[in-house]
Amino acid sequence: MMILQNAILELADDNLILGHRVSEWCGHAPILEEDLAMPNMSLDMIGTARTLYAYAAHLENKGQTEDDMAYLRDEREYLNCLLVERPNGDFATTMLRQLYFAAFMEPYWQAALNSTDDVVRGVAGKAAKEMAYHIRHAGEWVIRLGDGTDESARRMKTAVTDLAPYVDELFQSSAAAKAAEDAGILPVRADMRAAWDKTINHIFGLAMLNPQEDTFAQSGGRQGLHGEGLGHILAVMQSINRAHPGAVW
Amino acid sequence: MTPESSTEDQRAFAVAALVPDPEVPCINVDELGILRWVRVENGVATAGVSPTYSGCPAVQMIEEEITKALQSAGYEARIERVLSPPWTTDWISDIGREKLRVYGISPPEKTAHKISALFGESTVNCPKCGSDNTEKLSEFGSTACKAHYRCKACSEPFDHFKCI
Repeated sequence: MMILQNAILELADDNLILGHRVSEWCGHAPILEEDLAMPNMSLDMIGTARTLYAYAAHLENKGQTEDDMAYLRDEREYLNCLLVERPNGDFATTMLRQLYFAAFMEPYWQAALNSTDDVVRGVAGKAAKEMAYHIRHAGEWVIRLGDGTDESARRMKTAVTDLAPYVDELFQSSAAAKAAEDAGILPVRADMRAAWDKTINHIFGLAMLNPQEDTFAQSGGRQGLHGEGLGHILAVMQSINRAHPGAVW
Repeated sequence: MTPESSTEDQRAFAVAALVPDPEVPCINVDELGILRWVRVENGVATAGVSPTYSGCPAVQMIEEEITKALQSAGYEARIERVLSPPWTTDWISDIGREKLRVYGISPPEKTAHKISALFGESTVNCPKCGSDNTEKLSEFGSTACKAHYRCKACSEPFDHFKCI
């Protein structure tokens, strides 16, 4: 069960960490509509993470809860990919990061509708539709900024260069993920490449952007090897629970 | 309700069904389609509830309200979260849709299975004047389940219950 638990945790951590990152825009977004959109997108991802954490805790069968999974694991125990922990940067970077993630997760959850696992199917049915909204929302911004002013286009191009090293890890399966894939519980990550390319090429075409070629690909997130950013996120996210152990809402 | 549900199940279902959605109080949990079933066994009523959006903050409150409603009808109450099949806006009843419209929220289209990721726009009618000459102001509105629109015919801003 440990193997399946880790595969589920990878998905939960991706959603929680990106959900937390996006929530950092709350109160800081450039316009009111985006100030509403950011926490809403955040809620989608944190909600997905909650169900998956509860499932992972159930699989571990030590009486743990979803909160234990989120608040009591250290940086090295987090299994999220590196893309989701990248700093928000400017609005262009945040929207491109969201587009990259959603363009992967939407076909992934679609494929997971055929999972042999009830919980995975239940999560997938909802999350696939939510990710479709995220592609649409983030995609519209990438087009607007990429094909916008000189300044917005410059920032969008910088975002493409900055995030390029973190794309390939999305398509790589850890040993835990591979075991779950072989068992028909999770879709094969590498299989999402064609759908991802199609979405990104379509949007980049409208946004007057070129995909970054020949970049060194970073990885390590699935082994618990993270960038500096994750520690900072956890420090903020876990501080209340660490200061007041066992506190509940 | 399942075909094999007893009179007692139906009575308990009717009690739980009256709980309103805390964020959209014009519509109850039955009309919203999230109360899947209620089964009564030895005085214990178990209600099957499907969450709406993954991150809907109202889920917990709804479950507490259903528990309270069943308790005040004399049952010991339990909640079972039903994840699969996942809830879709297609399950909102026709009465529920009409109540949403009267309340000022444009109801979702009954085409959740056809949702397109890439700019597939569908027509959204103004809940006040009925015009389809409307524009989307924001994909995400006042709650996770709504988008924000404006009617270009009567100038009324309104929420649209997103199709999911």
